[in-house]
Amino acid sequence: MSVITLITENIFLILEILMWSIVVFVPILVGVILAVYGDRKIWAAVQKRKGPNVVGPFGLFQVPADGLKYIFKEIIIPDGADKVLFILAPILTFSLAIAAWSVIPIQAGVVLSNINVGILYIFAISSLGVYGILIAGWSSNSKYPFFGALRSAAQMVSYEVSIGFVIVTVLMCVGSLNLTDIVLAQKNVWFFIPLFPMFIVFFISALAETNRPPFDLPEAESELVAGYQTEYSAIPFVLFFFGEYANILLMCSLTTILFLGGWLPPMDIAPFNMVPGFIWFLLKIILVFYMFAMVKAFVPRYRYDQLMRLGWKVFLPISLAAVVLTSSILFFFNLAPNLI
Amino acid sequence: MKFLNKIKAFFLTDFLGAYVLAQKYFFRKKATLNYPYEKGKLSPRFRGEHALRRYPSGEERCIGCKLCEAVCPAQAITIETEPREDGTRRTTRYDIDMVKCIYCNLCEESCPVDAIVQGPHFEFSTETREELYYDKEKLLANGDRWESVLSANLEMDSKYK
Repeated sequence: MSVITLITENIFLILEILMWSIVVFVPILVGVILAVYGDRKIWAAVQKRKGPNVVGPFGLFQVPADGLKYIFKEIIIPDGADKVLFILAPILTFSLAIAAWSVIPIQAGVVLSNINVGILYIFAISSLGVYGILIAGWSSNSKYPFFGALRSAAQMVSYEVSIGFVIVTVLMCVGSLNLTDIVLAQKNVWFFIPLFPMFIVFFISALAETNRPPFDLPEAESELVAGYQTEYSAIPFVLFFFGEYANILLMCSLTTILFLGGWLPPMDIAPFNMVPGFIWFLLKIILVFYMFAMVKAFVPRYRYDQLMRLGWKVFLPISLAAVVLTSSILFFFNLAPNLI
Repeated sequence: MKFLNKIKAFFLTDFLGAYVLAQKYFFRKKATLNYPYEKGKLSPRFRGEHALRRYPSGEERCIGCKLCEAVCPAQAITIETEPREDGTRRTTRYDIDMVKCIYCNLCEESCPVDAIVQGPHFEFSTETREELYYDKEKLLANGDRWESVLSANLEMDSKYK
C-alpha cells in the first residue's frame, strides 16, 4: 500500500486530527499573546511604568506585531552549528509545549483526551522539554548557549524532583492519576488549604521549572547573553518564546487543577455555580499567572549555587517529609481514598 | 538570632513583605510620560537650540563683539564681521557647529546684548551632519520663530542674574 492510498483512505481521520490540533492551538496562541502582554503590563505597573500602550487599543497589538516582525526576519544559522539539531530544538520545545495541553480539562467533561494517567503524561512531556533546551545549547556550538543549556537542564531536572513529590502528595489524597478526578476530589475543600506548604513548594518549583525569574539563570542576560536562545533568530526564536510562555500557562493551569479546584466554583451555592466552569478555570489561571508576573517584578535573581541549594537541600527534604506525613495521616486516620 | 532568621526565611516573610510593597507600587500613579504626545516641563534656563535675537524694530542685536566665539570652550562658533554702510559693525558670518557645541550656555552668558541665546527647542535632530552646521540665516530664523518664548524666559530669569 502506497503512502497516497494510506492518506486517501484515512483522509477524514487526518482532517479530524488536524481540526482538533487547531482547536487546541488557537486558544493557546491567544492565551500566550495575552500572557506576554499581561506579563509586561504587570511588570511595568510595579515599576510605575505604563508598559506597552501605543500599538492598537491599550497596546494589545504590540505582541502580535512583534511576532509578525520575527516571522519576516531572516533565520540565521551559525556556521559551526549542527544545522539539523539547530532547527529541531525549537520545534521540539514548541510541539511539546502544545502537546501537554491535550489532557488539561477546562470544564467537567471538556477535555481533548481524558486519559487515566493524565498527570503522568504531563509530567513526562514537561520533562522532555529539557531536551529542546539541551539540544539548542549543544547544536549552537557557542559558549553562552552551551552554559545556558547546562544550567537550564540542571535546574529543570532538580526542581522536577520536588514537583514530583508534591504531585505524589496530591495523588495520595485523590487516589487517581486522572486530572478530571483530581479536580472532582476537591469538591469539598480545595487542596491548597490542607496542603498549603505543598502549594507553595509547587508554585516556587513551577517558577524554576519554567525558567521564570527569579530562577531565570539560563537566560541571565548579564552573564549569559540570552542563554540557550542566544544564536536563535526569527521563527525559531518565536517558537522558543512561544513554548516558554505556553509552558508557563501550562504550569498555571496545573497549579489550578492540583490545588485550586480546577473549574469548581469557590462555593457551591447560587450565584457562584451558575457561572460556567471554564470561566472559573480561566479566572484561577489568571490569578496564578498574576502571581507569576508579580514574583518576576519583586524578587531578585538567585545565584546558581543558591538555586541548587534551594532545590536539593530545602525543597527536596520538605516535599519528601510531606509525602511521609501526608501518607501517615491518611493511613492512621483512615482517610485514604478507596482504591479498589 | 540566626535561628530566628531561619524561621523567618522558612515562612517567606521577606517575600511577603516584598509582595506587599510591589502591590502598593502597582496602584501608584505612573511616572511614564508618553513622550511624543506628552512632554515634561522645561525650566526657563533650559539650554536647547541656539537662536540669534532681533530688537522689536527688526534690527539684529548681534554687534559682532566675538565674546561668544572667544568664550566657547568647544570652539563651535565662527564669526566674521565688517562695518555696515551706516557705520555700525555687524556680522557677515555667524556659524555654530551644533555637532561641536556642548550646550554649556557660556555664549549666552557672555553676550552683552542678549543676542545669542539658547532656547527651549531640543528636537532638532537631522538626517545629515551638514544640516547641523547652523549659519546666521538659520540662527536668525530660529530667533524669529521662538522670540516670544525666548524673551519670556529671559524676563523670568532676569532677576536672578
